[in-house]
Amino acid sequence: MAPVIEAKGLDLVFQTADGPVHALKDVNLTVGKGEFVSFIGPSGCGKTTFLRCVAALEHPTGGTLTVNGMTPDQARQARAYGYVFQAAGLYPWRTIAGNIRLPLEIMGFSKAEQAERVERVLELVELAGFGKKFPWQLSGGMQQRASIARALAFDADILLMDEPFGALDEIVRDRLNEELLKLWARTEKTIGFVTHSIPEAVYLSTKIVVMSPRPGRITDIIDSPLPKERPLDIRDSREFIEIAHRVREGLRAGHGDEV
Amino acid sequence: MNRVLPVLTVIGVIVVLWYAAAVWMNRTWVYDQAARDGATVSFAEMVPATLNQERPVLPTPHQVVTELVKSTFGMKVTSKKSLVYHGWVTLSATLLGFAIGTGAGILLAVGIIHNRAMDLSVMPWAIASQTIPILAIAPMIIVVLNSIGVQGLVPKAIISAYLSFFPVVVGMVKGLRSPDAMQLDLLKTYNATGGEVFGKLRLPSSMPYLFASLKVGIAASLVGAIVGELPTGAVAGLGARLLSGSYYGQTVQIWAALFAAALVAAALVAIVGVIEGRVLKRMGMAR
Repeated sequence: MAPVIEAKGLDLVFQTADGPVHALKDVNLTVGKGEFVSFIGPSGCGKTTFLRCVAALEHPTGGTLTVNGMTPDQARQARAYGYVFQAAGLYPWRTIAGNIRLPLEIMGFSKAEQAERVERVLELVELAGFGKKFPWQLSGGMQQRASIARALAFDADILLMDEPFGALDEIVRDRLNEELLKLWARTEKTIGFVTHSIPEAVYLSTKIVVMSPRPGRITDIIDSPLPKERPLDIRDSREFIEIAHRVREGLRAGHGDEV
Repeated sequence: MNRVLPVLTVIGVIVVLWYAAAVWMNRTWVYDQAARDGATVSFAEMVPATLNQERPVLPTPHQVVTELVKSTFGMKVTSKKSLVYHGWVTLSATLLGFAIGTGAGILLAVGIIHNRAMDLSVMPWAIASQTIPILAIAPMIIVVLNSIGVQGLVPKAIISAYLSFFPVVVGMVKGLRSPDAMQLDLLKTYNATGGEVFGKLRLPSSMPYLFASLKVGIAASLVGAIVGELPTGAVAGLGARLLSGSYYGQTVQIWAALFAAALVAAALVAIVGVIEGRVLKRMGMAR
């Protein structure tokens, strides 16, 4: 099967006032359809930058990157992905339904279809009945769910998530992780997920990409042996702890050459 | 209640100081009159004589209030002595100028946001325009417009707009630029056009900034309209009232017109404030 995301020898150098910064160096990665890929690593390792390259928000300076077999720019034109940012970023002057309608309005869906899609994705993120509320009436976790619904509304195959739960407390985070897995199983999307948290990465992913900084590069790619069905207490299992250990080793190795 | 007391205290202190100053400043005339008549006046005789003079150096509060009430409510609004009549003349120029200034300010801000050449070139001119004393440029605007046959309301409104567009430009540029990089990136992922980014994100985001500017702008508009009435020998308007008052030494009339202008300004700012509160609450942006 053709890969959904394929990066070969990807390089990205930012020209800054302090000289060039090597944000990504020789990144090679293949993501298949329906995979849940986490990117983990310390700040400056390029995990967010890589996601932004996939979304055509940054443009690589070397190597090749294809999304659904197209260039990232073409893929964006073809509405290949939905992007979830660290903050929910809902417009305070729009209701929850109005916020989810935003991409649909821009993409030119009919009024009837907008309404139908809003209902559907609200149900998908378990916010049915909250469409008429305003963002300030919802908790942080619910706001982030609404922003996920917004990214799902136009049926992109790929969901790119940049530390979406980073600003939430651990209890809310656990619940949203569980819900995200259910959502992923139901929608069969390909998900790219940036995180700082080792348990989060191991719990969610079928593939964990461990990265390290200066220059931003991949140090390890781990295919998770965990089953697709994952209750929260899988985190106490031996396999889970072993994978978490390997991720930690990978992160440490990445730091090794500068300490 | 706990706000009323301090406010009343401050007003009370001001009134007391005002009466003291009025007695101090108006006493010379009383003594001069007495000297001319060859009489002497005691302090107890002098004080009452300073409180109700016809042309005092400093009118007392009750004189100003009496004049204000008399010329506001005591006359037909079509009378040339009615402050309602003069206030309306000034207010209409103010509102027209405010509308022109706000429109021009928003248009300039939109241009500055979307056009790099305007971004680099307009702001210095806008700032320079505000460093020119309005009193110096107002007569020229009136003369130039008069020579091409434009008279009456419009020249005053132009001067008023000249003062009020600036805060709107500054506020709107800041407001239209207020969405952060994440918000702009989100719209980029939808392939939104510049127009959509403007209509769906930048314009709604700028509303708190716009209203802050409008409050400054409408007060500036009123100042502009009054200044526009001064150099023209205008026959109507609060500015004309100030001017004729100073020609004929009618200090009570001057002070009444000043207070009328202040009250109109306060009312205008308050109206903008109420609209601001409603709109921002409706938009979930009230602080």
